[in-house]
Amino acid sequence: MNATKSYLSKTVEELKPSGIRRFFDLAAGMEGVISLGVGEPDFITPWSVREAAILSLEQGYTSYTANAGLMELRDEIAGYMQKGFGVSYSPRSEIIVTVGASQALDIALRAILDPGDEVIVVEPSFVSYVPLVALAGGVPVQVQTLKENGFKILPEQLEKVITDRTKAIILCSPNNPTGTMLSGSELEAIAQIAEKYDLLVLSDEIYAELAYDGEYTSFAAISEMKKRTILISGFSKGFAMTGWRLGFVCAPETISQAMLKIHQYAMMCAPTMAQFAALEALKTGRSDVEDMKKSYKRRRNYFVQSLNELGLTCHVPGGAFYAFPSIESTGLSSEEFAEKLLLEEKVAVVPGNIFGESGEGHVRCSYATSMELLQEAIKRIGLFLKRNQKA
Amino acid sequence: MKLTEKQIEVLEILENNSARIPVEDIAKMAELSKEETETILDKLEEMKVLVRYNSVINWSKVDGHEGVTAMIDVKVAPKRGVGFDEVAQRIYRFKEVRSVYLMSGAYDLSVIIEGRSMNEVARFVSEKLSTLDSVLSTTTHFILKKYKHDGTIFEQNEDDKRIVVSP
Ligand SMILES: Cc1ncc(COP(=O)(O)O)c(C=O)c1O
Repeated sequence: MNATKSYLSKTVEELKPSGIRRFFDLAAGMEGVISLGVGEPDFITPWSVREAAILSLEQGYTSYTANAGLMELRDEIAGYMQKGFGVSYSPRSEIIVTVGASQALDIALRAILDPGDEVIVVEPSFVSYVPLVALAGGVPVQVQTLKENGFKILPEQLEKVITDRTKAIILCSPNNPTGTMLSGSELEAIAQIAEKYDLLVLSDEIYAELAYDGEYTSFAAISEMKKRTILISGFSKGFAMTGWRLGFVCAPETISQAMLKIHQYAMMCAPTMAQFAALEALKTGRSDVEDMKKSYKRRRNYFVQSLNELGLTCHVPGGAFYAFPSIESTGLSSEEFAEKLLLEEKVAVVPGNIFGESGEGHVRCSYATSMELLQEAIKRIGLFLKRNQKA
Repeated sequence: MKLTEKQIEVLEILENNSARIPVEDIAKMAELSKEETETILDKLEEMKVLVRYNSVINWSKVDGHEGVTAMIDVKVAPKRGVGFDEVAQRIYRFKEVRSVYLMSGAYDLSVIIEGRSMNEVARFVSEKLSTLDSVLSTTTHFILKKYKHDGTIFEQNEDDKRIVVSP
């Protein structure tokens, strides 16, 4: 092999590995770690849903489905979006069942971007947005939200970074990692910008089921916005189904059909067994979701207040299952804080800088963990802070 | 009994968490002050809605404490005026009796007995229960193994299978 020649694509070579990886490796060999580092529910998928998947296997449903997903599931998703969020999508032409919200994001970006097109990513953000934009040939443009604004993006901040090449904005509410949820009127203000500059909005609504305070508004439900919204959602978080790899995307027909072309060549269809599970989740899983949500909300209340009492100031996250406290009082960087806390007290959190520069000075703690473990984690963080508080 | 939303919230927290959860933590979870939470707890106890802080114990794991539980279907002749209540009362006053339910269907009362041994339960049924005036018949079922009790799965092997740090 020629030593100077790289076989890799430039885009891939320049891609940074996820910073979460390093912490995973660090924590992997340790025993007795309390993990606040996971971005997934601690609940196991409701039994009725698991049981439906088993039944589908027993009945021999082991072949491909339609590219866009089981018709019955798309019908059910259409009903779910209509009843739950007040947006109507045609199950035949506007809904695609995907391999997680992750694949939905990928096909959405690939369907809309030409090389050099810019996509605005609101920071701190989910780790995949920036790399996915780059992989689709686009140019990610990060805008930083401020903790003083509760990590909410202001319309004027968006307006400042818009150029002739701006094609889309990626929004995520409730947000990973900050838990911040935007209200209907805050979304309206963003909608006006999208309208003014004729932009698409990729609205990642994977945490829509986990909105604790106030009404949840889907971006697509804002007037005139459905035509410029690619709505991404799935079953991972709300229905506790991360391992099933099932999500969906809803968009106006021309965009949907473009995404479907990519989906059909790259993926064929989402796993059949998981689609049957998702169908059951939508049909009978509502009360399980309600129970889980209640439980998360109580844990949030406990955890966020306890962090504040310890001096790790933290806004009240309106949704998802993350708290994003400031660790500035320790004088440590977010990487140092996370590493020391893991080594000294065996509590795993994720450094905020992994989610973009504006996450520095913070750590992401997932409270999707039992109350007993949260109580113990608070105790350990308290001990840690006693030793590590700036004089 | 009509309870307030917060009273119900506190009950649900107690039901879903160990009875040892500190009042301060209940307060935080329900977004209340400690004093408010204490007032609610006192009130719920006074109304006999919150009857007892229970612990679910898997005695079968404790040497020398295994014990026996039996569920007994009891057919009774109801008495004029007092129906089933009088005989139910005569049964539930025995300390061996853990629960008594009035049932619809094939029999009238379901009685749950706990004893130290099979013998002890058998003696209770033959000497105390079947000899009651209005008891017509009893059918005793011994519990062989408890899989799930009061919403708690006993031999749960469903620990956290998530990796420690993930997106
Ligand atoms: C904001 C956000 N979007 C998408 C995903 C990916 O979800 P899925 O499991 O459906 O691919 C995650 C998972 O962490 C997330 O936090």
